[in-house]
Amino acid sequence: MPLEAKGISFRYGNCPWILKDFSLTVNRGEVVGISGHSGCGKSTLARILSGYEEPQLGTVTLDGKPLPRHGYNPVQLILQHPEKAVNPRWRMDKTINEGWVPDQEMLDAFGINDNWLKRWPNELSAGELQRFCVVRALSSQTSVLIADEMTTMLDALIQAQIWHVVTEIAKKRNLALIVISHEKHLIKRLCQRVIEM
Amino acid sequence: MALNQSVLSVNELTVSFRQYTRGLRQIELTVITGLSAEIQPGKILAVIGSSGSGKSLLAHAILGILPSNARVTGTMAYDGEELTAERQVKLRGREIAFIPQSVNYLDPLMKVGAQVRASIKDNKKEVQRDIFARYHLDSQVENLYPFQLSGGMARRVLVSGAMVSDARLIIADEPTPGLHPEIVEEALTHLRQLADEGRAVMLITHDVGAVLNVADYIAVFYAGTTVETAPVKDFAGKGEALRHPYSKALWKALPQNDFIPVSGFQPSPGDLPLGCLFSPRCPMASRECFESRPLERELRGGKVRCYHAT
Repeated sequence: MPLEAKGISFRYGNCPWILKDFSLTVNRGEVVGISGHSGCGKSTLARILSGYEEPQLGTVTLDGKPLPRHGYNPVQLILQHPEKAVNPRWRMDKTINEGWVPDQEMLDAFGINDNWLKRWPNELSAGELQRFCVVRALSSQTSVLIADEMTTMLDALIQAQIWHVVTEIAKKRNLALIVISHEKHLIKRLCQRVIEM
Repeated sequence: MALNQSVLSVNELTVSFRQYTRGLRQIELTVITGLSAEIQPGKILAVIGSSGSGKSLLAHAILGILPSNARVTGTMAYDGEELTAERQVKLRGREIAFIPQSVNYLDPLMKVGAQVRASIKDNKKEVQRDIFARYHLDSQVENLYPFQLSGGMARRVLVSGAMVSDARLIIADEPTPGLHPEIVEEALTHLRQLADEGRAVMLITHDVGAVLNVADYIAVFYAGTTVETAPVKDFAGKGEALRHPYSKALWKALPQNDFIPVSGFQPSPGDLPLGCLFSPRCPMASRECFESRPLERELRGGKVRCYHAT
């Protein structure tokens, strides 16, 4: 039951092509790293794979079907800057229940404090906010998780903590995990194979 | 001036913010607690800590550009003399240069070449052109406005501005994220060169790996204070030479080391523990750690804030 990108080409407006005839297959249970220097199209690829951008050419399919246009998206994307991925005018309890209602066990695994739920996003640090974003993306309907520089802005300790929990959940649920990072050591540590862009 | 006199020394700095909770009720939120640091000429001090943990505020406190609801206690000295608000105004941009974290710090209504030239003595154009060339900025970039630049270009302009000034102290707040590795390398090497010319550099970052090759000392920032200041050579092996349990844990958590996390999370300001700031997560914590905060003390050529460090 793979996530499959076939012959993708993409550009913004009339700018030069960012991706040309790019193909990729990620199977369930796999952890795949994507690395490359900044500006080479890593984040654009992530947006295409999760359905936020339509490629001009090529297709993205999950289990042979195109990504759903409505309802919960089984391909979930986590971004580098969590403060830009949450609604600044929603309290955290609304944000975390946006796609599903996580149970207490899930909140505990990521160390989410009960009294943070009533706070506004600007009252939490980046590390705290990113944990909300990760939990939000991990409903039982998720089958692919794309982490686009998920822990780049965080310190090494929080990075290790978040990744330990995420990889454990991915293993338990047999999720496909795509790790986008310029950090070679992190990719080497987490991934079974690496795609250089 | 004595040879080893610090350019800047910060002693027991505390920064708190007055905030409104509901209606007119105010609370005081302490974001930096009893922080000490010093920098000598010719040295690079890296301050490492998680983003959002308040380390930018340290830079802002030194420059005197905190918002008006901030309250600062403790002392700071520049060149051995107290750094008062008047001196901050006089020194910043001249003796103290700043590379801000956000590219929003550029003046949106001024061409970037002119902005960089403002920090050069005699406003020389050649100097600005040289520095732009060094950071791979085309010659026509000097006539552009900030909104016409990409994020990476704007950041290189910010770096250029600080590099051309003849400031004796350079404070760089996360100068490198989002840049190509070659340019990161260039910026860090450049900072090293400036330090070798006798200037002092404070390099604030969340990335330990990036500073290992350039810094002389590393100060580890946790929950609003520096728990340890150590010579860079101590960051090696399994971290045996490090003094504070948090620095050791941070070192071991790097993906190129053991990638082992410790349980628990950094306390948020407003709910800091009574005792040592790391006590709730510390494997070595004893009763005194929970009851009072350890003061900073000298240990093996570094400084540490821990009762049990040896």
